[in-house]
This record gives sequence, C-alpha cells and structure tokens, in this order.
Amino acid sequence: MSVIPSSPDPFAADRGGPAQPLLSVSGLVKHFPVRKGTGPKRVVRAVDGVDFDVLKGETLGIVGESGCGKSTTAKLLMGLIERDTGDMLYDGQAIGGRAMPWRSYRRQAQMVFQDSYASLNPRMTVEQSIAFGPKVNGVPGRQAVERARALLARVGLEPKRFAGRYPHEISGGQRQRVNIARALALEPRLVLLDEAVSALDKSVEAQVLNLLLDLKAEFGLTYIFISHDLNVVRFISDRVMVMYLGRVAEIGPSDSVLAAPGHPYTQALLASMPSLDPDNRTQKALLAGDPPNPIDPPGGCRFHPRCALAEGVCGQVEPPLDPVMTLHRVACLARQPGSGHSAAPAQVLAA
Amino acid sequence: MTLPTAPMVPAVELTGLRVAFGKTQVVDGVDLRLERGQALALIGESGSGKSVTLRAILRLFPAGRSRIEGHIQAAGRDVLALDKRALSEFRGGDVSMIFQEPLLAFDPVYTVGQQIIEAIRRHETISQADARARALALLERVRIPSPERRLDNYPHEMSGGMRQRAMIALALSCRPQVLLADEPTTALDATVQIQVLLLLRELQRDLGLSIVIVTHDLGAAVEVADRIAVMYAGKIVETGTAREIVRDPHHPYTIGLLRSRAEGALAKGSRLETIPGSPPDLANRPPGCPFAPRCFLAGDRCHREMPPVAEVSPGHKVACWHTEDAAAAYRAGPTPLAVEMA
Repeated sequence: MSVIPSSPDPFAADRGGPAQPLLSVSGLVKHFPVRKGTGPKRVVRAVDGVDFDVLKGETLGIVGESGCGKSTTAKLLMGLIERDTGDMLYDGQAIGGRAMPWRSYRRQAQMVFQDSYASLNPRMTVEQSIAFGPKVNGVPGRQAVERARALLARVGLEPKRFAGRYPHEISGGQRQRVNIARALALEPRLVLLDEAVSALDKSVEAQVLNLLLDLKAEFGLTYIFISHDLNVVRFISDRVMVMYLGRVAEIGPSDSVLAAPGHPYTQALLASMPSLDPDNRTQKALLAGDPPNPIDPPGGCRFHPRCALAEGVCGQVEPPLDPVMTLHRVACLARQPGSGHSAAPAQVLAA
Repeated sequence: MTLPTAPMVPAVELTGLRVAFGKTQVVDGVDLRLERGQALALIGESGSGKSVTLRAILRLFPAGRSRIEGHIQAAGRDVLALDKRALSEFRGGDVSMIFQEPLLAFDPVYTVGQQIIEAIRRHETISQADARARALALLERVRIPSPERRLDNYPHEMSGGMRQRAMIALALSCRPQVLLADEPTTALDATVQIQVLLLLRELQRDLGLSIVIVTHDLGAAVEVADRIAVMYAGKIVETGTAREIVRDPHHPYTIGLLRSRAEGALAKGSRLETIPGSPPDLANRPPGCPFAPRCFLAGDRCHREMPPVAEVSPGHKVACWHTEDAAAAYRAGPTPLAVEMA
C-alpha cells in the first residue's frame, strides 16, 4: 500500500530489466589539490579508481575508516562534487548524458546525511522542507503538501503534531525521520544513506533501521548504506564493499565478506569491534596507529605497511580486485594464485 | 599534594547527587561508588544525565546557573566543600578528565608540549627542563610514535587518535588518582577506538588508576569496565559487574538496550527489537518510574510510584518493581517478532 495516491509503479520507469545493475560505476577517480607552500603540486587521492555495481532492489553497504573515500564516493554518485574521470551508468544510461541528464537522475537518486540538523533548512517547517522538492519539480503546491503529510505519517510522525514544527523543535531521531521522508518525496529508486543512523542513540537507531527496511520493501527502493558500524551494516546489507585509502579492498555478499573475510584489512576491522563479552575481552588490537593519509598513499598494495601478511611483493604490485569465490572479490595478493605471494593459493578459481 | 587516605575509602562516592539547571532536574538522586583501582562505566542515551554526573565530580558547572545537592567524595576530598583554590589543586591533581573531542579541549595556539608542561608546573614546583622531560615520558607512556617531535606539534597537526592519546597524557601529567573519561572514543574510528580502550585498561592496571568512563556504547563499556551503571532520565536504574549487566540484566531498560543492538538480530530480514517512544522530557518529569511509558512490563504501580533500589544479588542493584519478571523475560530469549515484510 503506497501512501502516495497517484504513485506510479517504481519499476515502471525501469529500462534494462531486473538483471541490469541500477547503478554501475567504473574507474571513478577524484583527487583534491592541496595548496601548501611552494613545493611540488600534491593531491589528496580521495577516490582513486573505484569500480562497483549496485543491483536493483539490493542494499549495498560501504564500510571503511575515515579518509577511505566512502563519503566522497557518495557525493560523486549524487553529483554534489564533480568527478575527475570515471563512468557512471544509471540503469544503462550514462549519467549527465542526453538520455539521463543530471536533473532527471537527481529525481531518481536521493541522499540522507549524517547530521540531521545541518541538512534541514532551519527557517522552513518540516512540512515545507518535505514539499519543497516536489514543488520545484512541478507538483502543484496543495498536492505537494498533502504528499508531505502522508510521508510524515508513513515515517511515524503524526502530521497533526509535527508538520508545522521547525527542525530545532524535534529530537534527533525525529529529524532523521523527516530527512528520510524528504528523500522519498520525489519517489526515488535509489537512496544513499551516508552514516544516516550513526548520530542516533542505540534505541532510536534500531527504530530507524526497522523503518528503512519497511520503506525499502514498500517502495521497491535500492539502498547504498554507508557506515563505520559493521554490526549495522551486517544487519541491513545484502552486499558489502570495504574501502581502504580510496580503493575497494573487498566486495561481496555480506554473509560471505563479514563471516569469512578475504582481505586482512576486513579481518582487522572485524577484530576491532568490541566483543560485548566480559569474559572474552579483546586482548590485542590488530591494527596499530591511525588510518594513513591519502595524500601520499604507499605504493603497491595500499594496506601493506599495516598488514600482517605483507611481503616484498606487496610493496611493488598493486593487487587487482579478483574473485576468490562466486561474487566475492578481494584485492589481496595473498589470496590470488600466481601473484608471487608465498601464501597465495595454488589452484585457479573459475571466476 | 594529596592527603593520605584510609585504604577503605572509595575512589569516588556519590550520595544522593542531584543537579538542576533552572527548573530542569537533570540528575535526580544518583548513588554511586567506585572502589580504588576499578573502572566503572556509566552508560545511557543522550540526555540521561551521564555526562552531567561526571562533570559534577569536578564541579565544572558555574555555581550561578546550576544547583548541586547531595554529597560528592572523590580521591578522599569532599568536593562540594572545596574553596576556589583547593578546587583548582583538586582538578588535575587528584582527579582529571578527558573529553570527547580533543581538538576542542586543547588550546589551538599552544603546542601540546607547552600545554602539558604548563599543567605540570601549575601543580608542582619543578624546572621547565624537568617538566619537559616528564611530558616526553608521558607521551611515550601513551605510545605516541616519535614523541620528541610530537611534543612540539600543535593539536591540529595530529590525527584524531593521536590527539586523544595526547589528551590522556595531559590528564595523567599530575599523577591523579582518578581519571574521568567523557565519551573518549566516540569520535574515533573503530580501529583506533579499540587501541584507546586497551590503553585505558593498561593504565588502570599499571598505574592503579580508578576510572569512570561515560559512554553510550555498551560494547566499549564492556571492553574497559569492571562495573557498569545504566542511567535513564537522571537516575541509575541498574548497577552491577559488567558480566551481570550483559548476561543477567534485571531492568527492562537494560534489556531493551541489549536487545536493540544490531548484532543481536538473528537473520536477515528479521526486525530489530526496539524500545518504543523516546526518552522523557526532563522539564516535565512524569510521576513514578521514568521508564514506565516505554516499558514492556509497566503496570499501574509503575506509573504512580518510583520503585526503590533493590539488591538482587550482592552488588547488583536494580530500581524496578518487576525485577524478577524482567530477568525471566530476558532468559526466555527474544520474543519472536512477526516479519512484516512483503
């Protein structure tokens, strides 16, 4: 049951059929110049060659430490910053091309940010904020407001009580519900959630996660869910992508990646989650130090200076993202036959 | 510096602590005891009064705008009786604090070394060179790589994890007995968080520090704390050892916190068990148990009368009318929720 009366079937606009990825990204690169002194020109390699697909109707989780490029990737996908190079296809159409101009793509893809307060206009009521997007896109005012109220009710905020309030008059969890309602106001197919639940209290976080699951089923949405909390990502994602210093370290089904991680970095990330077992506390941190600086990433495999499996070859060869199992790809020489790493498996897996 | 204290005196003891800002009673009758050399975690949601409780121990609130009642004893001192001069000796010397956001807590126009040396020389008569040597030793102690160089860094030149380590070094510079930590790892990456938590545990063990850590993350609390106190709406609803709280919770709120964690969800597509509603407005506190409107066990009595604190086993205290029912409900396992997915 849809709350939007004249809502068309979300798959009506579908072009390529269910097997075609909704979003297909290849060779995505974004470098930011650093202006400091007179020395040689330096750049922050925020996103440095990222390829992935987002399938229709799935939730793709993106995890990684700060500085790994996950938020930059999200902003590139939304066109909030311009990419240096790389191709982005939305349902088979190049974004920004004639068949899928940015304006119509942005109606199909919406984003929810971490800071629920900063992402709402403080001088608009909740209802005005939600109705703003549809109005700009040509929905008559009265109808846009009606839809905003229906969406408010759908995200669990009684329109009578909340529609006329300003962002500072409601709690963080309620504001994030408003942001979700606003993202849905244009009936998008793709929703990017960039740390959307990270700032919420645990008990509120659980409520919002449940709401996201319900909305996904009801409106046939596809999610890209960015978070640093592996437990939340495990709960909500179908597939998980692990990023490290602007590259993809590992991607695959979440059960497979988080239960049997192939990349030593993913293993270290999992080991640093608190155990919640007083008799079995973490004894040793697998990773020492802070995430390195993306200005001068190390050569070869970017993770090799912090890696327990590192060998000479890791400093020279950049590992490709190769399959270790069906759908599960890992960028680590120790997992790839014939890479020259002593721990590499002997047999070649059929890709 | 510090007065010799009898061995039986606890490191921190709060009795009937009440803190109000204007008409809002933020902390409403907290009794807490931290033994020497132990680590205690105060957990709760935002607005539960956990940070205010912690800051009250150092009397960090301006006297004009806050009202503190009750009794605070820390490191053998009666905190509320200290005059201005004694208070500034007490802060940093007997009890010190680390904050959530080290970039805001450090002064941006002085180097980290200068700030540590200033703190040492403020409390002790010691030469500049000796103070610098001690600052260097402190940075080594908290395992900052190349400490000699880092001593002359400004806070913005360090990464988040390193700043938090420098903050811990600053807090330890005058050899306090008690370390208060206000969400020390919330702003850090998971891989750095575990390193800082392990460092706190090591310092507790090696220096015999008593630690109070405030956090909203039950996982982080279990990693460092011997005992855990759960706060809700300005009251402590349950205290016990970390094991008792995680394995055998007796308060419905603690149970809700444990159940709503995403790692508890069994299967994909299952829903998380949530605590309905949101925390109460502290300015209009309802009578009775503050958790009653959100509680799955609440009865008439809960809405009328505040439950007394009951001791369910030695040291494990719970403020609830239905402790046995709650514990039984937890042991029975999660109630299977209908999967409402299309």
